[in-house]
Amino acid sequence: MSTTDNASTFPLAMEGREAVEAATREGRPLTPTERIIASVEAYTPQEAAERTLANEMLADSRPGTREPLIINLGPNHPSTHGVLRVIVELDGEIVRDVTPVIGYLHTGIEKQCENKTWWQAITCVTRMDYLAPFANIHAYTLGVEKLLQLDIPPRAAWIRVLLSELNRLASHLVFLGTSGLEMGAMSVFFYCYRERDEVLDLFEMVSGERMNHRYFQVGGCAQDLPEGFIPRLQALLDILPGRIDEYEALLTGNPIWQDRLKGIGVIPAEQLLNLGVTGPTLRAAGIPLDLRKSQPYSGYEHFQFDVPTEIAGDAFARYLVRVREMRESIKIMQQVLDGLPEGPVIADDRKVVLPPREELAWSMEALIHHFKLVTEGFMVPEGEAYATIESPRGEMGCYVVSDGGPKPYRVHMRDPSFVNLQALRPLSKGGYLADLIAVIATLDPVMGGVDR
Amino acid sequence: MSAQINAVVPGAVVEEHEALGELTIEVKADRILEACRALKDGPTQFSRLSGVTCADFPDQPGRFRLAYHLHSIQTGSRVRLRVWAGGLDPEVDSVTSVWAGADWQEREVFDQFGVRFNGHPDLCRILNPLDWDGHPLRRDYPIGGEDVQFTDAV
Repeated sequence: MSTTDNASTFPLAMEGREAVEAATREGRPLTPTERIIASVEAYTPQEAAERTLANEMLADSRPGTREPLIINLGPNHPSTHGVLRVIVELDGEIVRDVTPVIGYLHTGIEKQCENKTWWQAITCVTRMDYLAPFANIHAYTLGVEKLLQLDIPPRAAWIRVLLSELNRLASHLVFLGTSGLEMGAMSVFFYCYRERDEVLDLFEMVSGERMNHRYFQVGGCAQDLPEGFIPRLQALLDILPGRIDEYEALLTGNPIWQDRLKGIGVIPAEQLLNLGVTGPTLRAAGIPLDLRKSQPYSGYEHFQFDVPTEIAGDAFARYLVRVREMRESIKIMQQVLDGLPEGPVIADDRKVVLPPREELAWSMEALIHHFKLVTEGFMVPEGEAYATIESPRGEMGCYVVSDGGPKPYRVHMRDPSFVNLQALRPLSKGGYLADLIAVIATLDPVMGGVDR
Repeated sequence: MSAQINAVVPGAVVEEHEALGELTIEVKADRILEACRALKDGPTQFSRLSGVTCADFPDQPGRFRLAYHLHSIQTGSRVRLRVWAGGLDPEVDSVTSVWAGADWQEREVFDQFGVRFNGHPDLCRILNPLDWDGHPLRRDYPIGGEDVQFTDAV
């Protein structure tokens, strides 16, 4: 197609042209998503203003008699939780339809994994859901360990539980802070980030990094918890219940907060299940699916905790579930600290795990193993495995296929944000535009995980 | 479990095996929709589709190996359905009519592997730009040396 004037005056028009070009090349009609992308970008701003004006003059006051106003929210917008673009069809203030457009953060992580050795690929997978890096890496290492049929020492499993729960806490704190911000409750953001920063300091003590840690290794953890970590975590656990009371004092009984969230974004639980939605969103609708309980991994069966559920299924219920989950995470972490077993933190399998650093000074075999593992990587038996864990956002699955070599043949991450985001359309249809923001906020998608 | 599929959809199951504690059932490509519906509505109650994904084996006769991970929240069991889709224009039936959540996941497989899903309501690219050339997760997709994308877009 030739370049039209639209393209030069309206920079976004390019993507609309791409849609039409793709369909023309393949000789097929436009799909619904392509049609909406093409239509939002078919007008220049002047044309759009003229059409709106004409529409207003033509319309009477009854809803549904006007041509819908199509507006483009995002991909960069302060209320959309990352680079999520939503094309909204409006009838006045009522949302007739929404079309999420994603892919702005797509970096081909699954393809990159295929060209790294099994242990190098850990670096890639942590970078998907950047608010829950420990969840990504947990799913991946469990998948690879399943293929290797490798058991990890109890201490390593408990440390994994500890850090996964700490990560869940940090992730929910971001949810709470940013949701507050999006609903206009600004101060809660500062309180949540105060505690989240303390959690990130703890992550930094353990792994040396505040984000994108590669602390979990295939076979266990990279090293033992550092000195001073446990007292500092204990101090945090002691103050957190009071701090969560503070957030609740700001929000739960707040009539404005309740008005913004109660009764917003409700669909039947069966429909959520059918859409593949998992995590707090599903539990807020009354289905107590939590993989930590229903198929325990990494020793979750040793801990006493409840799975918070609500029945309302609205945005307020999703908020309540997450706040109560934070309290349950604190309970789990306290149990880990009270009963942390002694012993090694990584499996003693020299074909997979690097030998201890000090052994390289005196053991020739250790040196050879180290050299082979670093230059070539370890071999994983041929086969396929699907490991699932409960990430802060729902079921995080990792499907790994091995052809017997040192590199993954295929790594697929089933990210909960990606699947959950499909519910945005049914959840927000028929509501007000302002409620769309509440629905996005309480679905809590992380675009790094959605786009991978 | 394959007996239950075969009872409803005769001749659908090619083979069944268990490895690493995971049950895999290979189903004929043209029977996948019926097999999924039988597993969802039957006594197995696979109410959830956990994921749809694919792996490319260029040397195999049926080139694309699709994996459907099913989960039953009633019984807690999981199963993997496997389907091979080959040829120049690989295609299988869409299961969006059984689980609405298959929508984006099938679009992702279409986008990354070029497998078409018949009956999908909105089969267009999802992660890559709409006019992207080729399917990046195919094994023969070039790595490095390709044109730098987006340079002419500014």
